[in-house]
Amino acid sequence: MKHVARSTLAALLLTPVLATGALAGSEDVVVENAWSRASIGTSRPCAAFMEVRNAGDEAVTLTGLRSDLAMMSEIHRVTTDARGVSTMAPAGAIVIAPEETVAVAPGVMHVMLMHLRRPMQEGESFPLTLTFSDGGKVTVAAPVLGIAARGPEG
Amino acid sequence: MRRRAILGYGAGGVAALGLTLLAGWWQVDGSGALAREDDGRPLPLTAMEFDLVDHEGRPVSPDMLVGQPSLVFFGFTFCPDVCPTTLADISGWLDELGTATHELNVVFITVDPERDDVEAMAEYVGYFHPAIRGWTGLEEQIVRAAEGFRATYERATTDSGDYTMNHTSSVFLFDAAGRFVSTVDYHEPREFAVPKIRRAMEQETEGAT
Ligand SMILES: [Cu+2]
Repeated sequence: MKHVARSTLAALLLTPVLATGALAGSEDVVVENAWSRASIGTSRPCAAFMEVRNAGDEAVTLTGLRSDLAMMSEIHRVTTDARGVSTMAPAGAIVIAPEETVAVAPGVMHVMLMHLRRPMQEGESFPLTLTFSDGGKVTVAAPVLGIAARGPEG
Repeated sequence: MRRRAILGYGAGGVAALGLTLLAGWWQVDGSGALAREDDGRPLPLTAMEFDLVDHEGRPVSPDMLVGQPSLVFFGFTFCPDVCPTTLADISGWLDELGTATHELNVVFITVDPERDDVEAMAEYVGYFHPAIRGWTGLEEQIVRAAEGFRATYERATTDSGDYTMNHTSSVFLFDAAGRFVSTVDYHEPREFAVPKIRRAMEQETEGAT
């Protein structure tokens, strides 16, 4: 996996915030390499990316996420058909097997941040909360990179 | 979902296209492939007809691209993932090609002229490599452009009540004579892109001698 050193750092910095109650698996979720592109104003949707790793031994289901920055946040999957036509659609609930990492990466999946409350500016960082089917939540800080960024390192 | 599929041609048009494509096929591949009326390949730029404006408001048309190799792709500025990723990738390829980029046309044609006016295109392309030009214009002209490139697009409503555009995400490469050379597909490993562009650029040299 890419950016191992950075991942370790991210894992240390981004302490999961867990909901109270009996959790089945989501406490073992580690979110790494989160980032987003800056927005152009607030009228266009923006995309954030990350790697969601299930470090536990039970499958976990990512059901959704939210951010104070956007009135609506959804994970979208991008598919490209045989004719080369790309389409994005809500990914729905994502089951992550034990030891599996789901890459929410450009061109594959993105967190679509819709109806932004304010512009997302390069250099800032915003919290993004992932919710799981067991009621657990994991919050990460996603740095905002430039519009032309291609990965967590710019 | 409201479709804006790109539909076919009149019978005469098909015959004319068949000839053009056949000529293109021979030139590009030199193969003795059977004649096909439409193999789905983009037309040569010289056979396309449409009129748009660039992000500086200047009138543009496909014949203006002839003389230098070209890299053309479709997208829209409200696109959160595929388009900025493509534009960022292309910017990276152009950086890798270095000084050669002034010898290359790089054109981003919007499939969403309703939202992508000249100002929107100007702002958007400004975030990427300076060689990238943004083209927009009347819907009917965009339709003609997409037909020429054999690209498709359609409007789709999103859960948030807005709309998004599904569109061909391949990057089309043409040589300096305006002949279609190859595409860089969205899902294709990116390290293939720069050699493909170099190949399109080398054909320019061959064409010039
Ligand atoms: Cu999306």
